[in-house]
Formats: sequence, structure tokens, C-alpha cells
Amino acid sequence: MRKVFNKELLNIAKEDSRVFMILADIGYGEIEEFANTFPDRFINCGVAEQNMTGVACGVAMEGNIAITYSIANFPTLRCLEQIRNDVCYHNANVKIVIIGGGMAYGELGISHHSTEDIAIMRSLPNMVVLVPCDPVETAALTRMMMKYDGPVYFRCGYKGEPVIVERDFEAKLGGSSLIRDGKDATVFFAGTVGINAKKAVEELAAEGINCRLVSLYSIKPIDKDAIIAAARETGGIVVLEEHNIHGGVGSAVAEVLMDEGVGNVPFKRIAMPDVNATKVGCQAWMREQYGLGVADVVNAVRKMVKK
Amino acid sequence: MTAQELQKCRELAKKVRIHCLKMVCKGKSGHIGSMLSMADILPVIYTQILNVDPANPDKAERDRFILSKGHGGAALLATLAELGFFPLAWLDRYYCDNGKLSGHISHHIPGVEFSTGSLGHGLPVACGMAMAAKQAGKKHRIICMSSDGDLNEGSSWEAIMLAGQHHFDNLTMLVDYNRLQALGKSKDIIDLESLKEKLEIFGWRAVEVDGHDQQAVYEAMRDLPLCNGKPSAIIFHTVKGKGVSFMENDYKWHYGGLTPELCEKAIKEVEAVK
Repeated sequence: MRKVFNKELLNIAKEDSRVFMILADIGYGEIEEFANTFPDRFINCGVAEQNMTGVACGVAMEGNIAITYSIANFPTLRCLEQIRNDVCYHNANVKIVIIGGGMAYGELGISHHSTEDIAIMRSLPNMVVLVPCDPVETAALTRMMMKYDGPVYFRCGYKGEPVIVERDFEAKLGGSSLIRDGKDATVFFAGTVGINAKKAVEELAAEGINCRLVSLYSIKPIDKDAIIAAARETGGIVVLEEHNIHGGVGSAVAEVLMDEGVGNVPFKRIAMPDVNATKVGCQAWMREQYGLGVADVVNAVRKMVKK
Repeated sequence: MTAQELQKCRELAKKVRIHCLKMVCKGKSGHIGSMLSMADILPVIYTQILNVDPANPDKAERDRFILSKGHGGAALLATLAELGFFPLAWLDRYYCDNGKLSGHISHHIPGVEFSTGSLGHGLPVACGMAMAAKQAGKKHRIICMSSDGDLNEGSSWEAIMLAGQHHFDNLTMLVDYNRLQALGKSKDIIDLESLKEKLEIFGWRAVEVDGHDQQAVYEAMRDLPLCNGKPSAIIFHTVKGKGVSFMENDYKWHYGGLTPELCEKAIKEVEAVK
């Protein structure tokens, strides 16, 4: 997904001279073409994420589009106050792009996991939160993000992710991708963990349980209509995310259900438990260990449908 | 600067001090020492140095002035109001319910380039503005006012390193260097000495100037950059609480509240200065 993002960004930057890339010494093997093609629109601030974010804000305040780019939680948590006070308060046109959302860098340990980011970013005024699930959504959301004037948090994946959304499409703020329709239950997800939701829904279909499968690629604003429709038209809602159970995608969906008066529906969040992930392993293995596996989704839906 | 211009700067500084005392007293706010500390500098840069226009505060070619020590923002607000960026009456409602002016400056006020309040934010943003101006071939200057406390923040030094590395000579840092901060003397908390040498090691050209000698302030800033190819730093030696004898060089006036009686006494002292 990072290759897709960088390719799309490069194409956009060739057409739009307002695009700047502001780095904090991360991006080896991916950002060189941008740096070499647009040396006057590229700066490596060194290992200094607070400065990276402040510089990006200053660049954006002059009428440009500034991308900050790093891995996992580096461009969000270290520099959260710069994002809040500088970028969001000034509604600056800064795009905060992370590579490796969730536990993509699983083996590296929690310093390199991004598992609280959605809750934190969606609580900031003026911030849009986008979470692509595969290379197709990455391309579509990159194009949409760059057309939008204002702060965006873009939770990209890492590398080698399978395709979940089959066809290229035009993404919209507050939109979602309907991947499969069904009436028995709806499985919402956001991000690359969606591959487990897809496999689970296929397994459930084989046993006669037909689920609606939806990628909530826009967490803020969120697709309220899709959530309300799921509550009204299907037998229950399961939300899968690679994020702490508190404040993420499941919470966002639950908020809509309650606020819109359609909360009287079976509902289950499948997310990281509220613990520090101390186990060591790759992303797929870590998902299994922390309850985000295919079987976890299958079991949640089965239990819901049996009720 | 002519004698007449210098006299105008002196008068403006006096007005700024009196506004700040009244604002802090009425609003029951703090940071008066930090405001008085830079009250002689702001009138010079706003009337003699910066390319800004009260009638068109957002004009594209304006010089960008960022006050990174946003807690002293009332001094900037008083300066802007006196110069006509917004009505003087707004100052009366500083720090008050439904007033327009908050304790730390906000870009929602005409003439305020950037909102600050938490320290260490100004210089990184100024670096970004400097980079963008160079890329676009624009000639406006970017000037950022820092302070002892502001230079405690790691993010300020991240920006200082970057500006030196990339030769941002369209960037000038002013330091309101009164050597006091919230809980005491800077040398007992984080000693920045020797600040001039530190900045020069990091690729800046730095000079030290008496921040209460307005002619000297003007002379230091008249020909920027101080050195082609380097960012400029002007370290203004100042006195926290300058102009009010019982506040000068006493760190308790970083936060200290001002009673109406003390306010009246302070204003009399400021007014008595010729």
C-alpha cells in the first residue's frame, strides 16, 4: 500500500506544484523519487517529528499542501500538540500519512504499533480520518485526500496487502465501500485487518449465513447512512478493527447507532483488548493472538445470528 | 530612525505598557512581566521594520511575525490595536467572558499571524514559512519572537538546527532574553548561556542588543539578514517587568496577579517616564 500511496502522490505532485513532502528521516526506498524530482518541495527535518509537523503547518499556511509521512505512531503521538494547536486550530492543509497502521510492524514491538491513533485523531476538531483497507482504496483515498482542503489523517498499510475492494472507484468524504451485500448481519471494518472480515464472511456464506460486508474507509466523517441502513436492514452489526477497543471504529459506529435512535440492534466490537501488546510476531499472527482473527469474526456473527 | 520616529516609538511603548497593565488587572490574568519585557521592541518592529498594513492585514507580501512566547500576547495585541488593526475597545474586554481577546494570542484577530500559547511552536512554523517563501521566490521576511522559556523546548532547537542546516536567511529569530522564567532565574533552571555562541555553532549569525534601547533595536534589525546564507538571531537583553520598579527582575510577575491599587501605582510609574 505504501508503494501505491507514493506513486499516486508523485503523480499528483507532477500536476500540482503546491504539494510538499516534509519528512522526519523515514521513507527509505519509497520517497527518493519525490525528493529527486522536486528537491525544492522536499525537506527531511531529521528525526524530529514535532519540527516536521510545525514546518508542514508553516508550509501549508503559505497556500501549499504539506504531507508529513512516517511509520506507525511517529507522526501522530510525539507531535500531537503540534497537530492540535498548529495544524487543526489553523485548519492548515496538512496531510498526516502513516505507513503501517495497526500492528503492521508487529515484530518491532509496541513502540512501532499504531493502535490508539484513530481514537486520538478523530477527537481533533477539523481533522478528517481516512483508513484505506487495500491498494485499491489507498489509491482512491489518496486522490480524494489531495483534493480536500484541510487537515487529514491517512492511516496507510505497509506492503503486500491483498485486494479487498475489487474495482477502482471515486472515494468521497463520509463514504464507504460495500463489498458484499447480505441480510443476516453486517460486518463493518476499517483498514487492512478487513481481509479477516472478508474471509469470515465467505466462510459464513458457505454455511448459509449471508452478511453485508462494508469497508468504513472514512472514519471522520463517517458514513451514517450505511450504519443506519445496516441496523434497519440486517440482523446485527459486528465491527472489526486493528485498534484499541476504546474510541476507535467500533466506538464511532456505536455513537451513530445511539445518536440516530437505531441502537436496538445486536452489536459487537472486535478490537484490540485494552492491553499493551507484549507478544512478538508478524501482523497476521498478532491479529490471531489479540482476538482479531477470522474465527473471532465468524464466532461473533454466528452467536449474533443464533440469537 | 529619525528623532521624531524614535519619539513615536517611545510613546507607543508607553501606551502598550499602560494597556497591558489595565488589561491584566481588569481581566485578572497574569504574565505582565513577560509583556513589559518586550514592550520596547514591538513598537520599533511594527512601525519601522515590518512590511504590514493595518488596512490590509492579510496582504500576500506582508512580513510574517510569529510571537512564539504567546503568553505575552497582550503586548502584541495592544500594539496592533494602537496601530489600527482592530478597535482599541477590544482591549477592554481582554480575558473577559465573550471578549474577543484571549490570554494567548489567536490568529482569529486581525494582524496576528499565528496562534501560540504552548511554547516551542513558533520556530518550526516559521521554518516552514521560510521554506515555502524560498521555494516560491518570495521576498517577504519571517520573524519569530522567542524567549528564555521558549528556548527550553526541544522543538525550538529542532527548528534552530533545521534553519541552520538549510540556510534559511529569510528567517530571523528575536529572543526576549530577560533571563527569568516561570519558577525562577533561567540560569538556575535551564541555563542557555552562552546563547549567542550556541546559535552560531548551529549555523546562525547572532548579535546581542539592549532590548530597551529602541534606537539599538532598530539598528540591529534594519539590514536583515545579518549574514547572507544564514538565519539571523537578535538576542535582546531585556528586563522582565521593565518600567515598573516593583516588578522588574522579579520572577513572581511571570504569573502574578495585579490588584487595582498596584495597577494604579504601576501606571503612574510608566506615565512618569519621559
